[in-house]
Amino acid sequence: MSNTLLKGKAHKFGDNISTDHIVPGKYAYLRSNLPELAKHVMEDADPEFVSRVQPGDFIVAGKNFGLGSSREHAAVVIKMSGVSAILAKSVARIFFRNAINQGLPVLICDTDKINDGDEIEVDLVAGTITDLTSGVKLTFGKIPEVMLNIMNEGGLIPYINKYGDFKL
Amino acid sequence: MGKTLSEKILTQKSGTDARAGDIVIATVDWVFVQDTTGTLTIRQFKESKHAGLASPQKTVIFVDHAVPSPNRQFSNDHHFLRQFAQETGCLFFEPGSGVCHQLVAEKLASPGEVIVGADSHTVTAGGLGAFATGMGSSDVAVIFALGKTWFRIPESFKIELTGRFQKAVDAKDLVLHLIGMLGADGATYKALEFSGDAVSRMTIPQRLTVANMAVEAGAKVGLFPSDDITREYLRKQGRGKNYVALYPDSDAAYEQTIAIDISNLEPMVAMPHSVDNVAPAHTLTGIKIDQAFIGTCTNGRLEDIATAAKILEGKRCHPNVRLIIAPASRKVLLDAIKLGYIETLVKAGAILVPPGCAACLGVHQGALGDSETCLSTANRNFKGRMGNPEASIYLASPATAAASAITGEITDPRRFVK
Repeated sequence: MSNTLLKGKAHKFGDNISTDHIVPGKYAYLRSNLPELAKHVMEDADPEFVSRVQPGDFIVAGKNFGLGSSREHAAVVIKMSGVSAILAKSVARIFFRNAINQGLPVLICDTDKINDGDEIEVDLVAGTITDLTSGVKLTFGKIPEVMLNIMNEGGLIPYINKYGDFKL
Repeated sequence: MGKTLSEKILTQKSGTDARAGDIVIATVDWVFVQDTTGTLTIRQFKESKHAGLASPQKTVIFVDHAVPSPNRQFSNDHHFLRQFAQETGCLFFEPGSGVCHQLVAEKLASPGEVIVGADSHTVTAGGLGAFATGMGSSDVAVIFALGKTWFRIPESFKIELTGRFQKAVDAKDLVLHLIGMLGADGATYKALEFSGDAVSRMTIPQRLTVANMAVEAGAKVGLFPSDDITREYLRKQGRGKNYVALYPDSDAAYEQTIAIDISNLEPMVAMPHSVDNVAPAHTLTGIKIDQAFIGTCTNGRLEDIATAAKILEGKRCHPNVRLIIAPASRKVLLDAIKLGYIETLVKAGAILVPPGCAACLGVHQGALGDSETCLSTANRNFKGRMGNPEASIYLASPATAAASAITGEITDPRRFVK
């Protein structure tokens, strides 16, 4: 992974943000037009998100982020929005794989300690999250090695193109 | 120490002594996409440096989510998928064939197989004793190319079912009750494994309904044993030779055991906007509905349509309710026509739509208006799921949906069933 030090603003969301919040099914006709689809990222959770998010920012969520559909478009459009990582108390299984497969870090931590709009710094190598606004320091759960290796290559397709197969 | 169903299947398919917590590479017997995930999968497959499919006859494309196509974008996507099938020789199911998970059960899945689909409700085939799970497009694209993927062997929850369903109570009520107990993330990364004497009386359609919703508790898979009922189902589908008996070992290790006496269950409803927000139907009397929807990979099978037809026989839908019926497959539709169910339902005022996902995902054929309420037999009631974040979705069984279509409000179906 080229950039291991991430910095940006926190955009807070609650528990159980589903893939229908992230990329509503009614826009399924745009799934072959990712730039258009990306204009609707997080629309059913916060219609203003797309106009506020800046490159480097973080989605900071409660528990079970990304539940529901297997649509990898959810991870794709979040990445396209410029979000550098997702911080959540927990994450749904399929979304977790999808995000890592897109090279998008998902960091499990106590997000109650982060407020909406706070400036956040994440050191992916040291495993630390610093809330620069409040001074609070957090650590995040270890990403399983198989997934870390995929994430560090920028996603599953680049990983497979490099190694030709899974390396456990 | 013995093995759970997940450990047994993934031991076989990985060639390792697979135990919960292990990471293994396992071969995949069937891999599939549908029309809302297939285009991204194929583009990713083309980005990978693999020239061809690992196994074209085990790779399947279903066109089911938006059929017939509601607009030019979907039509172009369908064309793209069809062309890929022609180029590669993979299996292709045209619009009108039915919902992918129903077709996997009717035509493809066998006990002990590993099945991965780019659709979260791939877990449905767990009802036939297959380790079936949903993944995203990148993972599926790599399975297209390599015929295998990595799995973390899940810890298992043993769900021990005893007793018999009361009248007008069915598999949907059981699984809604279970998700209410577990919570929408209560089984994240886990396998749900069903056992107990009630399982040996559950039909395959009932098992498919329960397995289908395992993912709504976050589970990776919902597994039933493969027994005489499985054998009979496979024989009727012309796949009798694929039967293998499959049970967990008696000394397998479970993270927890949940016992449910299904005799005590009542008709259940999941309230907006979360599948684990459940209550008995009779406590919700008075909640008016604008639409009732009977169909989907959860409850669009012949038995579900039969249940609705029996309740609606000789009756009319409430004037304020649109009742939409979507058979889960062409076979279901043909059988329902032959048995007179479709005529009964249409005479009662129902709208019949083609086999497919229909209104479930908010694309077409029953999208909701602002402040409208739908009682649906589908598996998800997330905000915006049926095309409108201002609408409300309640989930229930076909019996509850049919009874509520008559009264115009959420209704316990027991008073409509003799």
